[in-house]
Amino acid sequence: MVDRSETLGPEARFKAHLAEGRFMIQRSRSTGRYVFYPRVAAPGSGETDLEWVPASGDGTVYSITVNRTREGSYNIALVDLAEGPRLMSRIEGVVTAPIGARVTARIAVLEGEPAVVFDVAEKATI
Amino acid sequence: MSNSLRGQAAIVGVATAGAGEAPGRTSIELLGEAAIASLRDAGIALSAVDGVFAATGVHGVPAMSVAEYLGLKPRYFEGTNVGGASFEVHLLQAAAALQTGLCDVALVAYGSNQRTAGGRLVSLSEPQWHETPYQPRHPITGYAMAAARYMHQYGATREDLAAVAVAARKWANRNPDAFARGPLSIEDVLKSRMISDPLTVADCCLVTDGSAACVLVRRERARDLRQAPVYVLGAGAAISHRSIVQMPDLTVTAAVESGQRAFEMAGVDRKDVGLLMLYDAFTINTILFLEDLGFCPKGEGGRFVSSGAIDPGGALNVNTNGGGLSCVHPGMYGLFLIVEAVTQLRRQAGERQVDAEIALCHGNGGTLASQATAILGTQATL
Repeated sequence: MVDRSETLGPEARFKAHLAEGRFMIQRSRSTGRYVFYPRVAAPGSGETDLEWVPASGDGTVYSITVNRTREGSYNIALVDLAEGPRLMSRIEGVVTAPIGARVTARIAVLEGEPAVVFDVAEKATI
Repeated sequence: MSNSLRGQAAIVGVATAGAGEAPGRTSIELLGEAAIASLRDAGIALSAVDGVFAATGVHGVPAMSVAEYLGLKPRYFEGTNVGGASFEVHLLQAAAALQTGLCDVALVAYGSNQRTAGGRLVSLSEPQWHETPYQPRHPITGYAMAAARYMHQYGATREDLAAVAVAARKWANRNPDAFARGPLSIEDVLKSRMISDPLTVADCCLVTDGSAACVLVRRERARDLRQAPVYVLGAGAAISHRSIVQMPDLTVTAAVESGQRAFEMAGVDRKDVGLLMLYDAFTINTILFLEDLGFCPKGEGGRFVSSGAIDPGGALNVNTNGGGLSCVHPGMYGLFLIVEAVTQLRRQAGERQVDAEIALCHGNGGTLASQATAILGTQATL
């Protein structure tokens, strides 16, 4: 079998990491800036020295809505990672969560594919 | 340099067709009807059109589709599609193309049969892979999250959002062509079905059919035509993101930049603007754009609209046709803003006529992603 891992683009690489149970994000070696969603270059500044690092999984709810449908309701949130980047996700186990709530990432299966979701953090410490 | 376009191009013809419901007609047929009607309004022959500017929700190569359907052989064309703001961008492009002689008669056109075709809001559907697992509903999810964040940050209320819908309805009740007319109270909006917290169905724009078109020529030619010319005094555009995830601050749109660019080119003050046509796809839009375009301080928009400032007779004339919320919204509403502004500046707006020599049209596309502002004025403002 040919090892194609070196030829994978950032999106495929991210998904491959997720499939292995790892939530990885990119970071520029020269600037230390984190990048998500994964790209071939840092947006705006163009650095291509992006390496994969594990995300801390710590996040804060930046905004949230509950999509109400006849079949049921589910939330969609924007979560700011401790590293800086923001991502779309879901806060599991609750109808909604307050903006500013601290949340913790884990990998769940959504629509048959691994995806990053968040749980409300236990008793947030300062 | 940026002032070189000021007042050089004029809108000399406008029209809409099938606004509301147009059963049995396709998007391009509706577009064709509006295009022909706008040329009749201008008194210009179809065969004179040599510049085509078009965007729709269903055509991948709209400039080609429109040119062929109308039997045109344009020497300049643009199919720029940045969602609902496309047509304010087209005004800027058309003004530049006319000024440089790349074309002599510019036609800007749009058409949609989304209501009778499916009854759903046609949205830019290019999937964002990092969003899809969470099943956002486009475009409302992004706007709902902007509204939620705005309320959190500035203490605005659902009543404030509702005041935008109620003001739009009051204007619509003065416009016989508006699709949604009749009484609407704050309570009605609050009690409407919740779609995506905090937005109810009454916080959302209509889903209608409709088409619109406008015709532009250089100022020297405009004076000799049938209608009083409406001049493009300034225009500017900006893109801040594609996915709502990448919008840096959900309470500040790139209307800050597009508005600044348009005002710089136009060389007018905010206080000179007698009519604001703001793309109200959702109630939060009007509040954000009032702030970002400099008509009230950031964070004050909710209280501003709740004070009655945008009701008929209020401090500002805003969305006098009834807006996307109560007049018409076929998916990409930007050209209807221009048609209403021209109608008002020509003093042809009937019961809803306001006293304005300068109008600002602000288009918005995607999920608050593209912003484009055009400032229009009468002969007196040149």
